[in-house]
Amino acid sequence: MDRRLKLAVWKFASCDGCQLSLLDLEEHLLALTDHLDIAYFLEACSAVAPGPYDLSLVEGSVTTPEDARRITRVRRISKLVVAIGACATAGGIQALRNFADVREYIPVVYAHPEYIKTLDQSTPIAQHIKVDMELPGCPINKEQLLETVKALLQGRRPRPSSESVCASCKRQGIICVLVADGVPCLGPVTQAGCGALCPAYHRGCYGCFGPKEHPNTSSLAARFQQLGVAEADIVRLFRTFNAGAEAFRQESLAHEKKH
Amino acid sequence: MKRSIRVANLSRVEGEGALELIITNGRVTRANFSIFESPRFFEAFLRGRRGLEAPDLTARICGICPVAYQMSAVHALESILALAVPEPLRALRRLLYCGEWLESHALHVYFLHAPDFLGYPSGLAMAQDFPEKVKDGLALKKIGNAIVTLLGGREIHPISVRVGGFYRTPEARELQALVPDLEKALDLSQKTLRWVACFNFPDITYDYELVALRPAHDYPLCEGRLVSTRGLDIAVTEFEDVFAEEHVRHSNALQGRLQSGGAYLVGPLARFALNYDRLHPVSQRAAQEAGLTPACRNPFQSIMVRSVEMIYACEEALRIIGNYRRPARPYVEAPWRAGQGCAITEAPRGILYHRYTVNDQGIIQDARIVPPTSQNQKTIEADLCRVAERHLHLDDPHLTHILEQAIRNYDPCISCATHCLRLRLVRR
Repeated sequence: MDRRLKLAVWKFASCDGCQLSLLDLEEHLLALTDHLDIAYFLEACSAVAPGPYDLSLVEGSVTTPEDARRITRVRRISKLVVAIGACATAGGIQALRNFADVREYIPVVYAHPEYIKTLDQSTPIAQHIKVDMELPGCPINKEQLLETVKALLQGRRPRPSSESVCASCKRQGIICVLVADGVPCLGPVTQAGCGALCPAYHRGCYGCFGPKEHPNTSSLAARFQQLGVAEADIVRLFRTFNAGAEAFRQESLAHEKKH
Repeated sequence: MKRSIRVANLSRVEGEGALELIITNGRVTRANFSIFESPRFFEAFLRGRRGLEAPDLTARICGICPVAYQMSAVHALESILALAVPEPLRALRRLLYCGEWLESHALHVYFLHAPDFLGYPSGLAMAQDFPEKVKDGLALKKIGNAIVTLLGGREIHPISVRVGGFYRTPEARELQALVPDLEKALDLSQKTLRWVACFNFPDITYDYELVALRPAHDYPLCEGRLVSTRGLDIAVTEFEDVFAEEHVRHSNALQGRLQSGGAYLVGPLARFALNYDRLHPVSQRAAQEAGLTPACRNPFQSIMVRSVEMIYACEEALRIIGNYRRPARPYVEAPWRAGQGCAITEAPRGILYHRYTVNDQGIIQDARIVPPTSQNQKTIEADLCRVAERHLHLDDPHLTHILEQAIRNYDPCISCATHCLRLRLVRR
């Protein structure tokens, strides 16, 4: 290609882990920089090139009035916007506030609530602007990130997998923790991408890649009930890093009412 | 005459912060290191969660040092259960932590800090002229990642850490496979120290109160008493009697201070000063040869201390792997009981305090988390004043550069601290 792509990396409310995945690409990152300019990436680079940018990777969720304004500016100066990670695609762990009253949260942490400017909801990027693509995960899978950036560099459409953690687990021949050990596992309703890590390490999937397409969460929750899992624990299972994703949100609310 | 310097978005730090400096008639009258990273309210939403979930949930405070959060969480909860985790599992935790130190220190030394000394805006820009150096840094980071990935499942937000041990422990042969790369890393980390020792360091030393863990035998990672260079020597359970956090207007992170009012410093400089005698032979000798002594109080030389700690992490990892026998069970258990427990472990940036209260079902009633960067904030601000006063003759861009560098000396992790950096410099 004759023109170098300009990449920007933006941070909203997050842990920095997803943008760190970019640095964790190691030699692949050095190879990528042969083809693109890292024009804005404050975590790694103090030189800032002005926009517009060809590709903006956005990490984090929107939780302050200022961030709600800032994200619209990111959209204006970016050709493509890719939301990376559970915070950017579902509101992240901080979306647990969406189920509570944030005014009750502030004094638990801060002595002077009046200094704190925060919104009462933590929301994904797509709730504020048009997003061209989303990469799920807490954290994202760095191979998926590399594939996405490479696809965009080559001008083709990235092809994210739509299978479940369960399918990926079966293909690896891992013994099912749900069937064999009766351990609650979100694998059947969770988007693949982690490599079925938790079952491979003898624990149930905790859904950090968020709901897959058309997940049957209520059927899975009914199975958990048969195993004797308390309603409050079913709420907790669906309410972690992707608590704000619609399918998980609905399922957790359904069980909250029961208990 | 008023002069002001503002850095609206500090770069090459983990998270979002700013710096504001006001200079009136040639005196620095205010230095604010503000953390405007959005609050995420971990202590609030931890209430009502299961104790078993704490290591997975608190890991998300920081993508750079998730292992530190997991380690402080499990040790605090195990203290409530009076759960004695047997030695092979404790050694595996040290190994996991060595992996995180290597990842984090290599990232800081090569990508965030060294470019300052050599005049580059980033590690990637530095790679144009020093490709071999950047490759060394990547190799060190990679072995750290490999350790965390093997023990924890993945390098960011590992999934294997559990109250009482791990969900899965590795087979000895899996650990053995890391040895050749670790041996290479042991050489590389020594090479790193020799390289950074030649940097030009401003001749600045301060009389800090340095605070770190000090265990009975080892260099500190997961346990020990809390000691300082001014004679503090307490159990970690006394932390809140001696240290406080205050909420200041310009920052979304609470600032740590001694109950008596003073600032203190945690992190590599503190660990090294207080535990020099606990280093393994190679790291100790390398420090000696580099002219680094426990008396070092130059914050710019923290890059050397991080390099020494990378050597130590390689030695310690090789030692643990050499002695490893796979434990019979990956974790130990005890029934939940109501109580309160706390723990401190040494995150790459310094001591990280967790305290939990749980009920008899193991549900968290209350949580408190004090990360290293919030403890260092006050010292960072004091340092900025001192560095600025010595460099007031510089024009704004150069003064700003050295102030940003002074902040990066501390490898501040802003994502952790809110649970920093915009520079604003005002000269009056």
